[in-house]
Amino acid sequence: MTGPAAAEDLLRELAPQVLGVVIRRFGDFDAAEDAVQEALLAAALQWPSEGTPDNPRGWLIQVAIRRMTDQIRSDTARRRREDAVLQEPPSGEVLDRDDTLVLLFMCCHPALSQTSAIALTLRAVGGLATAEIASAFLVPETTMAQRISRAKQRIKSSGVPFRMPTADEWAQRLRSVLHVLYLIFNEGYTSTAGAELQRVELSHEAIRLGRAVHGQLPDDPEAAGLLALMLLTDARRPARNGPHGELIPLAEQDRSRWDRTLINEGSGLIMAAFAKEAIGPYQLQAAIAAVHDDARHADETDWPQILGLYGLLERMTGNPMVSLNRAIAAAMVEGPAAGLKLLDDLDERLAGHYRLDAVRAHLLEMSGDPQAAIKHYQAAASRTTSLPEQQYLTMKAAQLR
Amino acid sequence: MTKYLLLMNYEATEVCSVPMTEWAPEDIKAHIAFQQALGRELSERGELVGAEGLSGPELAKIVTFDGVTSPVVTDGPFPESKEFLAGYWMVDVESEERALEIAAKASAAPGLGGKPLQQPIHVREVMSAPSVDV
Repeated sequence: MTGPAAAEDLLRELAPQVLGVVIRRFGDFDAAEDAVQEALLAAALQWPSEGTPDNPRGWLIQVAIRRMTDQIRSDTARRRREDAVLQEPPSGEVLDRDDTLVLLFMCCHPALSQTSAIALTLRAVGGLATAEIASAFLVPETTMAQRISRAKQRIKSSGVPFRMPTADEWAQRLRSVLHVLYLIFNEGYTSTAGAELQRVELSHEAIRLGRAVHGQLPDDPEAAGLLALMLLTDARRPARNGPHGELIPLAEQDRSRWDRTLINEGSGLIMAAFAKEAIGPYQLQAAIAAVHDDARHADETDWPQILGLYGLLERMTGNPMVSLNRAIAAAMVEGPAAGLKLLDDLDERLAGHYRLDAVRAHLLEMSGDPQAAIKHYQAAASRTTSLPEQQYLTMKAAQLR
Repeated sequence: MTKYLLLMNYEATEVCSVPMTEWAPEDIKAHIAFQQALGRELSERGELVGAEGLSGPELAKIVTFDGVTSPVVTDGPFPESKEFLAGYWMVDVESEERALEIAAKASAAPGLGGKPLQQPIHVREVMSAPSVDV
C-alpha cells in the first residue's frame, strides 16, 4: 500500500504510541492529546512533500514533546512562576512498545462508565475524530465531545495512574479492555442501513485494536479468542443483510459471500488459543462461530459440537442468553421438543424478553405447531427494540397465517 | 447506550390547572430557568441528542388524506383532547434507570407558586440495531 491511505494508516497506528509517551512524561491527558494532534497535523502537512522520516515515531514524539514543552513554558511565563516543573525532553527515542497497551488500559479503566470508556478509547487509542465517533453513535458532535471531555476529567480526578496494571489487577483490567473492544465491535457489526458506513468503521477499529492487543500479548488466549470471534463474525457481514437492509438469519445466508480469508485467520487463531488450555468465554464464542463458518451449507452444520460448546459456555458464564442458544442447538440435535423443554427453565429468568418468545416461536414452528408459533412471533415483534428484527418477526408471523 | 424519547404532555393536573400564560412572572422565570438547567445538565453529561418545545395547540393542524380526493386539514385547538404534546427530549443514556431519573426530574419542573408540576413524562425507547446473530 502506498500514497495517502498508507500514510494515514501509519499515523493512526503511531498516534496512540506517541500519546502514550507524552502522557507518561507529562501526566496531563488533555494537553498531551493537543500536542499529539499538532504533531500529527504537522506530519500530515510535511511528510507528503518532504518524505516520511526514517524514524516516523521518533519524529512525532520529538514534535509533540516540543509543543508540550513550549506550552508549559508559555503557561509558566504567564503565571510568572519560575520554578516550573519541567522535565528534560528526551534525546532520541524513548519508546516503550507497550505504550499503546498502557493507553488502552487507562482508557478502559473500570472507574469509567462503559460509554465513557468506549468514547475515550476510540478517540485516544483509535484516533478517530470526534465527529466520526459522534456520527457512528448517531449523536451530535457536541454531545460526543462533552462525553470525551468528561471521561478525561474523570481519569484526572480519580488519579488513575498511567502504567501497566499490577499482577493482582491484571486479569480484571484485561477483561475490561477486551469487553470495551467487544462492545465497539458490536456497535459496528449490528449497524442498520442508515448509518452503515460510519458504523462499519467501528468494527474495523475494534478488530485493529484487537490485533494490537493480541500482538502485544500473544500468549493470552482470551485476547486471541476475542480477535478470532470478531474476525469470524465480521466474515459474515456481506451476507447478513438483504438489499433493503433486512436481516437474513444465519441459516438462510448466502455462504459463498462469507469472507474466507477472515474465516481462515479466525479459525487458525482459535485453534492455537485452544491449545493453550486456558479456555475462556471469548474462545468458546469464537469456537462456536468457527463451527458455523466451517459449514458450506446450513444443513452441514456440526450441531452436536455447537451444543457441547454452548454447554461449556453456559457453565462458565451462567448467562441465560447462552442457555437460550443452547436450547436452539439442542433442538437441532435432538429435535424441537428437547429445545422447548430447555426453554421452560428460562421462563422466570428471561420473563418478558423478546428473544425467549422469538426462539420459542422458531422451535414451535419446527415442531409443526404454527398457531402457537404465530402467537410467540407476534409477542416477540411487539417487544423487540430493533427495527429490522421487528420487521423480520412480524413477517414470520404473517407467513404462517 | 440506548436512546430514549422523553415526551412531555401538557395536561391539567390536580396540582396545576392554570396554563402558564396566567402564571406570575417569577413562576414563569423559575420554570424557564429550570428547563435551561436541565438542558445544560444533559448536555454537559454528553447525554443530550436533541430537545425541542412545541408551539401551542392553537397553532396545531390535523391532516388526513385518503390518497384520492384532496387532503382534509383541520385547525386546532382540539377541544376533545385534554392533553397535548408540549415538547420532547431525546437522550442517549447508559441505562433505562438513568432515562427514568431524567423523566422524574422533568416531571417535577416548578409551576404555579414554585410547586412541582408533576406532568406525566412518557419514556419511549428508540428502536436500534439488532442484536448479534447466533
